[in-house]
Amino acid sequence: MTQEGQQTVTIEPLHLLGKVEEFKKQGFRLVQMHCTKVGAIFEINYSFDLNYEFHNIRIVTDGKVEIPSITGIYWGAFIYENEMHDLFGIRFAGMNIDFGGNLIRTAKKNPFADPSFRGEMPCPGE
Amino acid sequence: MPRRIVVPFGPQHPVLPEPIHLDLVLKDERVESVLPSIGYVHRGLETLVAKREYPEYVYIAERTCGICSFIHGMTYCQAVEQLVDCTVPDRALFLRTIWSEYSRLHSHLLWLGLFADALGFENLFMACWRLRESVLDVLEETTGGRVIQGSCKVGGVRKDIPGETLERMRRGLDGIEREARDIADVFLRDDSILSRTQGIGLLSREDAYTLGAVGPTARASGVRIDLRQTGYAAYGRLSFRPVVEEAGDCHARCTVRVRELFTSIDLIREAIAKIPDGPLEDRPKKNPEGEAFSRAEQPRGELVHYVRGDGSRHLMRSRIRTPTLTNLPPLVRMLQGCNLADVPVIVLSIDPCIGCAER
Repeated sequence: MTQEGQQTVTIEPLHLLGKVEEFKKQGFRLVQMHCTKVGAIFEINYSFDLNYEFHNIRIVTDGKVEIPSITGIYWGAFIYENEMHDLFGIRFAGMNIDFGGNLIRTAKKNPFADPSFRGEMPCPGE
Repeated sequence: MPRRIVVPFGPQHPVLPEPIHLDLVLKDERVESVLPSIGYVHRGLETLVAKREYPEYVYIAERTCGICSFIHGMTYCQAVEQLVDCTVPDRALFLRTIWSEYSRLHSHLLWLGLFADALGFENLFMACWRLRESVLDVLEETTGGRVIQGSCKVGGVRKDIPGETLERMRRGLDGIEREARDIADVFLRDDSILSRTQGIGLLSREDAYTLGAVGPTARASGVRIDLRQTGYAAYGRLSFRPVVEEAGDCHARCTVRVRELFTSIDLIREAIAKIPDGPLEDRPKKNPEGEAFSRAEQPRGELVHYVRGDGSRHLMRSRIRTPTLTNLPPLVRMLQGCNLADVPVIVLSIDPCIGCAER
């Protein structure tokens, strides 16, 4: 079975737009963006593809500072940035379409920012 | 003097059984711009990964979608399998491929029926769904479930398909192919379908690529992206060429799906001919630790599952990027400049699955 390339390169938020611009110039398409809460920090992943070559870059943030939007480079990224804003509370500066927190309507604000459970009961064998 | 008005489309609309809302800014009858809204039924399935043990989460991953559920479960398993040190046996990979292609047949026939219904062609709708029943019967017979199969697990599959059943399935494909050819003739040649779909909802090749279109939506605009070419499951051992059209309109998107019916039938035939004997699973040797991406070609396009584990039986994160989510920006571009009357057909032409998008 063929497996995906899994390389993820962590970069400084300062270099984000330059790096994304580089991917665009080389002809990569934006596959997806997502966020993971790890302890007190948020990891934001950007995945790109060219001819089934899969590349990921990552920035790390405390969630308090604004992250530059990449919608000026990949127009369709607004869907991922608004999703991350609504679920994790990450703020993006300069989004082309800003839903103002109304893309995903949840009972609790930013529900993924502070997960309140990890397993319903002690795991067997652990 | 032309007037600008905003017409709300959805979240409830006769052409769509699922909630998506579009604010259509019209100049007379022509759409100038579009603002899509989803999020009416967000289910938070991604957070449930922290609540369920990783083998149990396969069932939740499958329930992301009620149409391509098997491929969701398989893609999740593929991601976890990279972290638990196990090698999926060949027979399991072939079985996964067979079920994936039956899922594609079922999904495309469902969409073709809905598309025919949206165009007012009710007997064509019934013909598509009648044929879909025979595909669902095979899924039910071989997995126990018509829509949610539950046959995939981390490390392999739960069920085998006996040799005589495989032979019966192979013979049954002849009938499915014959009926699919009759349906295809109507979709590809009927005047009323051509007049409602040709030259409508245009998406250029460049826009399809840069806006992130995937699946038939991308391939109908000449973008040759089909993740089956990466060779996951048993696709690397089967002969396969992606179906690509160039026109980039609603008819091209319909044509890609019609032609893919026959690709799927060929792939199933070849997989049945080549399926090896052997075990159905390899047991995980540890709990998932680290992170992994897995991609697969769903009926609607590229699906991405991302998982992250810390060595316990509960994963820290599951991320599911569904094809509909990434096909929304291209939809916005398709709708710009179209007539209001064509909006339902264009929206349907991307085969939107809001259930998936609201995982």
